[in-house]
Amino acid sequence: MAETLIALDRISKHYVRGKEKIEVLHELSLGIEQGDFLALMGPSGSGKTTLLNLIGGLDQPSAGTITVSGQRIDTLSGGRLAQWRARNVGFVFQFYNLLPVLTAAQNVELPLLLTNLSKSERARRVQIALTVVGLEDRAKHKPSELSGGQAQRVAIARALVADPTLLVCDEPTGDLDRKTADEVLGLLQTLNREHGKTLIMVTHDPRAAEYARHQLHMDKGRLIEAGAQA
Amino acid sequence: MASAVAQVTAVTALNLRTVPSRLGPSMVIVIGIAGVVGVLVALLAMAEGFRATLSSTGRADRVLVLRGGANDELSSVIYRSQVPTIEQAPGIRKDAAGKPIAAAEVFMLTSLPRRGATDPTNVVVRGTQPNVLTVRPEVHIVEGRMFNSGMREIMVGRGAAAEFEGLTVGNSVAVRGDGWKVVGIFESGGNVHESEIWTDTEAIMSAANRGAPTSVIAQLESESQLQPFKDFLTKDPSMTVDVLSEPKYYASRSKMLSNLINGLGYFVAVVMAIGALFGALNTMYAAVSTRSVEIATLRALGFGAAPVVVSIMIEAIVLALIGGVLGALISYVLFNGYTISTLNGQTFSQVAFDFRVTPSLLIQGVVWAAVIGLFGGLFPALRAARMPVAEALRAG
Amino acid sequence: MKFFPLLWATLWRRKPRTIFTMLSIVVAFLLFGLLQAVNVAFSQGVEMSGADRLITHGKYSFTEILPYGHYQQIRSVPGVDKVSHATWFGGRYQSEANFFPIMPIDQDTYYDVYPEFVVADDQVAAFKRERTSCIVGRGLMEKFGWKIGDTIPIQATIWPKKGGSNAWEFQLVGVMDARDETMKGQENFMVFRWDYFDEARAFGQGTVGWYNVKVANPADAETVGRSIDKLFANSPKETLTETDKAFNAAFLKQFGDIQFLIASIIGASFFSLIIITGNTMMQSVRERVPELAVLKTIGFRDGGVLALVLAESALLCLIAAVIGVLLSTFASGFLKPFLPGLEVNANVWMLALGAALGLALLVGAIPSLRAMRLNIVNALSGH
Repeated sequence: MAETLIALDRISKHYVRGKEKIEVLHELSLGIEQGDFLALMGPSGSGKTTLLNLIGGLDQPSAGTITVSGQRIDTLSGGRLAQWRARNVGFVFQFYNLLPVLTAAQNVELPLLLTNLSKSERARRVQIALTVVGLEDRAKHKPSELSGGQAQRVAIARALVADPTLLVCDEPTGDLDRKTADEVLGLLQTLNREHGKTLIMVTHDPRAAEYARHQLHMDKGRLIEAGAQA
Repeated sequence: MASAVAQVTAVTALNLRTVPSRLGPSMVIVIGIAGVVGVLVALLAMAEGFRATLSSTGRADRVLVLRGGANDELSSVIYRSQVPTIEQAPGIRKDAAGKPIAAAEVFMLTSLPRRGATDPTNVVVRGTQPNVLTVRPEVHIVEGRMFNSGMREIMVGRGAAAEFEGLTVGNSVAVRGDGWKVVGIFESGGNVHESEIWTDTEAIMSAANRGAPTSVIAQLESESQLQPFKDFLTKDPSMTVDVLSEPKYYASRSKMLSNLINGLGYFVAVVMAIGALFGALNTMYAAVSTRSVEIATLRALGFGAAPVVVSIMIEAIVLALIGGVLGALISYVLFNGYTISTLNGQTFSQVAFDFRVTPSLLIQGVVWAAVIGLFGGLFPALRAARMPVAEALRAG
Repeated sequence: MKFFPLLWATLWRRKPRTIFTMLSIVVAFLLFGLLQAVNVAFSQGVEMSGADRLITHGKYSFTEILPYGHYQQIRSVPGVDKVSHATWFGGRYQSEANFFPIMPIDQDTYYDVYPEFVVADDQVAAFKRERTSCIVGRGLMEKFGWKIGDTIPIQATIWPKKGGSNAWEFQLVGVMDARDETMKGQENFMVFRWDYFDEARAFGQGTVGWYNVKVANPADAETVGRSIDKLFANSPKETLTETDKAFNAAFLKQFGDIQFLIASIIGASFFSLIIITGNTMMQSVRERVPELAVLKTIGFRDGGVLALVLAESALLCLIAAVIGVLLSTFASGFLKPFLPGLEVNANVWMLALGAALGLALLVGAIPSLRAMRLNIVNALSGH
């Protein structure tokens, strides 16, 4: 029986725009198990990205609690939250993942700069991460010299390199063509099935969602149904 | 396709419309060049003020007689016995009573603190004759009176009164020994004498234990009398004298400091201009690259390369000119008429002068601005024109 | 440090922009270095003045002449160790443009009072032996191509010879060097013998320009000075005695506020520079907002991102400033003959580095605060 890695209890999030209070998430409760690959889906404005940001520690809820590996993260702030992110979360975004001025290897190395690892140790882990995503021969290339798919794979390598507790992906294949998207999604699936990584992925693409173990649908800030897939 | 002028106008209008959105980079050009022009105009105004003060000293029909070989009044000695010979020389104008309009003078230095300071500063003390106001008719007493002969009385120039401590009518200062009473203040049209203290030749020579004057100043009947007067004296074997027309003398005494300040001004301005140029190039290259799509589109539509180049240069020059005018105005407002004084190494004494921001300097500043703007826009403009259209369109 | 590759790569994000900005900074610091070197030149003379040396000159002006009779009286003042004298000859060698100071001095005591100038023993002996001899500074000897044994003709401007001629001649018997490397250039003047001067000149016999007094104990300098002036207080030639340092400082002050002028020029130049560099830093951060957000998602703290931007600013300014000051060092080497003492010394370097850091902080402040405060969610959704 897999344990609950992430527990969200009655999470609400609202923004204030001028005089209006806009509720994005309504008293949402959710448990994510260790080793799960979860796809969060829903129309635009449904709050899925907001939920992802909360789970990843990029934002704080207006109400409710979030517990990851037994640690409350809704009470962390500022530097502590950044520290928590560094140790526990790897991110893959739709755009802007890589710094264009750095090589692939240097991009992958970025999270390790926040640790106390030696230079050689950092280089070793970068090498491993790039090998896992199959791009060890592209280590010295700049993002402008990589294809869209390769760039996303480098982003995945970076997300992995510090061995985080969970991987958070926001529309990782949204900017890629079908074939490349499938490659990237296959990689994510492998990471989950063979390496046991816990992944939470926001997507609007049903075909991308099929790569996941579970799907969650959201609308207007609430979960609608839970669908299970083998 | 529309005429060249219409094309240039259209493209320039497009460029200028986008300037507000690129205010930061545009400010780089304006302020960078304002700095260059401001400093240039200020320093040149200083040199010009100094030059004007010294060159406005003297009349073409007045001469200075110094000892042969002496560069300046401070180094010179004229024996008492030589004075009558000089004053009787042909060519000197006579007054109504038939007396030569000439005066034997003593040029000395004394030390007085500047207003608000304690350190002593060199001040010129000129011992002169009772007829000095005839010899130097440009001098007018503005307060008090002329000094009396043989007395420890002094008359001070307007500039000296403003610059130094204690030079007010009724006060006493120590010139050579104590007790020299200020009895009057004079002006002389803003020339170098306004920085001087005047007194009676005999009084100062006796107080300083000095037996001979330093020079003789004389008015000639006309400028044309200079050569005959000079020949008469220099051919006399009993005298070793130099005869100099007054304007020439003062011009030579200002050359070094004037050149120094001018040199400093141009040097600093050139260096700052180079810095401003790099700033301008930075801005214009960035401007061109952010608008490469628009430029390429225009060219794809048929606009020639030349209007594009010209419009970019116009933009750079316009910004530069704004900066230039701004810098020139700031210098004018801050400095024009501002009085400064410094040590003239060639006469070893303080000279007070005003910054003079002349129209010609302002124009020079604006021209510098235009030139910097020209170069700042030229290379980016050429680059814009040479960029292959298809490539630029694809980049967008 | 490990963040250097990131900083370096970020600095060259847009090569032309970085190069142009750096060039602007280089130019500004070239100017800074040179102008500060001028400050050094002006203050050099003050620095080299011995604390144990006084100068006794006419009360009302340094240009007054004093009786030779004062000499014995000054020597007898308690606290006085050595006394020498010198006079301003004026004069010129060939043309006014070749100006250097020329002074008749007391050959027996001058170098005792001025130990900072070094002359070979045999040359000093020759100077004491030959009445019409002279010694010049090494820089002058090199500039005019003189050799020991040459006759140097000097045209008098103030002091003609008996008979009225201005033509003086001296035999070059020795060369002076500055003992201390930092004072190189100060020794470029000419000295000849006062006894010959006094005997050969047309007027002014028995007078000197000023007295140089060495006191036994520097702490007594002021009191000894006052005692000397008291000696001559009611005589026909009153004196004013002050320390060398005070005299030099007062002389320099007469040029007006050079320091203020230089500071103003530097200020104007730096103001423009702040605008140029500030604009570059703002643009650099503006373009990188999403990337900075990504760094934050990775775990870089707000303070860390602030530090990165400030470090980038510092790198930009420091590298360019160092290049600029190096260039000013070369330039001041060329200009040194025109203004002795012109030097980009350690002080100037410290000032420059301080200015560079100040500049970096000033232009980096707003962009780095912006980077620090950017909200991850907003920044990433803003594509």
